Formats: sequence, structure tokens, C-alpha cells
Amino acid sequence: MKRALLVLLVALPCWAQDVEHRAAALERELRCLVCQNQTLAESNAPLAMDLRNQIREQLAAGKSDREVVDYLVARYGDFVRYRPPLKASTALLWAGPFLFLIGGFYFLARLLRRRRVPPPELTSAERARAAKLLE
Amino acid sequence: MKRLGWTLGVFVALIALLAIGLRLNPREVPSPLIGKPAPAFDLPLLMTPDKRFSEREMLGQVWILNVWASWCPPCLVEHPVVTRVAQSGMAPVVGLNYKDARDEALPWLARNGNPYQLIAFDADGRIGIDYGVYGVPETYVIDRQGVIRYKHIGPLTPDVVQQKLEPLVKQLAGR
Repeated sequence: MKRALLVLLVALPCWAQDVEHRAAALERELRCLVCQNQTLAESNAPLAMDLRNQIREQLAAGKSDREVVDYLVARYGDFVRYRPPLKASTALLWAGPFLFLIGGFYFLARLLRRRRVPPPELTSAERARAAKLLE
Repeated sequence: MKRLGWTLGVFVALIALLAIGLRLNPREVPSPLIGKPAPAFDLPLLMTPDKRFSEREMLGQVWILNVWASWCPPCLVEHPVVTRVAQSGMAPVVGLNYKDARDEALPWLARNGNPYQLIAFDADGRIGIDYGVYGVPETYVIDRQGVIRYKHIGPLTPDVVQQKLEPLVKQLAGR
């Protein structure tokens, strides 16, 4: 009995701390819908406060991080995630930078190829003059 | 000449992108709830707290759910429009009083008129979260099967009613 109480005493703060850590990490990944350029962690909007409470409540009830994110996405859409998932509608978003990179390399290669012009052929008279100058 | 064509092409493409981007409203987040069943709730009524209302009671008819609060200035702006929609009888308009206090909501209605068939009282905003509410006022059109067909964020305007709400409600109720 005593031991069980001790275990509870030690485990409870750890568990609470774990929930707190996970909640804080999630809040930095999720957007506040009211002030759209802030995360839930940064925002002081009443809705952000409600959502922070929801996240804590659900984590405390034993839900996984994934389930909590899914809960919010089901209500507010992918927009709440600062890291959008890879799917058909976001493919361009994810591939865009790489497309630009490839495009950049293509233009660079073209530019360099155009620059590599062979040196003009010298006539024999010019060659003789050059040789004389070098002497 | 070819080079000029390229430059011009890229320039026009950029202008087009900017033109589209600047016209989009970043506050209009597409709701994932469109086409999904309206989230279930069972809330006390604002006027008669001992009575309750559930979205199930509206099954079989097309109805409009309007989320409002007395602390929300745009709600006051759209109030005449909501009133006109309710009076037109196109569909029953149910209010969802969001994160409000009874002693503020009731005087607000007394001052501005009550167009709602009934008002559910969502004091802690929990049902609002289920409906993805983030900018009051918001308005939902829910069909006979209880599926959300349309969501408008921000105050209803006569234009929105005329171009979106009314045609949709008529079409849904038509069959």
C-alpha cells in the first residue's frame, strides 16, 4: 500500500510533465486560426487558449500526438498544421523548391555552355606577330 | 528575339500568379467539414435553459446554423441580413450563441431583435470547436440528411445570400 502510494507520488509528476512537454511541442506545430501567422503556443486569442486546453485535456486522457493533430485537422483542415502533409493538393508546395533548383541548374548549364566559345583562330601573320612580341 | 520572348513569358506568368494570389482571401480557410455530417451536439437553449436542442431534431429539413455572440461586432453588422433570411422563410435559422454570457446575449437580442427559430447556448465554445468555428459570425447550411453543404465565414452580406445561400437552400429543398 505504502509502495503503491510512493510509485504514484513519483509517477504522477513525471506523467504530468510528459503531457506538458508533448502539449508544448504540439502547440509549436499548430497554427492559430485567428492570428494566422502565429502558432497556438504564441497566440493569445481566446480560441487559441481553448485549443491549448483541448490539447492538454486530450493528451491527459491518453490520446497520442497523432490523434490530437487529427482531431484538429478534422475540424480546421490541413491549414492548422505548419508542416502540411504530402498529398495531391500540396505536391506543388513540397516539390516547388526542388523544381526551382532544377530549373536554376538548367539555366546555369545553358549559360555556361554558351560562354564556352572556342578562341578565334589566328592567321599565320598574327601568329608571327604574337611570337615576335613574346620574345 | 527568342530571349525577349522568354523574359516576357516569365514576366507575364509572374504577374498572373501575383494577380491570383492577391485576390485570394487568406482568412477563408476551406472547411474540411463540407460534405460531412454536422457534428452532434446537445445544448441548453439560450432563452429556456431547462430545455435542450440537438442537431438531430432538424433531420429531414434544410436549415441554417448561424454562430454569433453579443461580444462580436461583425455579428451586429450581419444581423439585419440574418433577420431578412429568417423572415424570407427560405429555411429555419437556428442560432448558436458562442462563448457568450446569458446576461449579455439576452439584452443584445432585446435591442436588436431575435430572428432565430431557437438558439442553442454554447457557453464554453466546445461545440464551436467541433464545427471548426474560428471567426464569428459563421453560417452553415445543413441538408435534410444532416450533412453540412456550405459554410460562410464572417458576416453574411446580401450578395452572399443572393448568390450562394439562397440558390443552395432552394436547390437542396427542391427535391
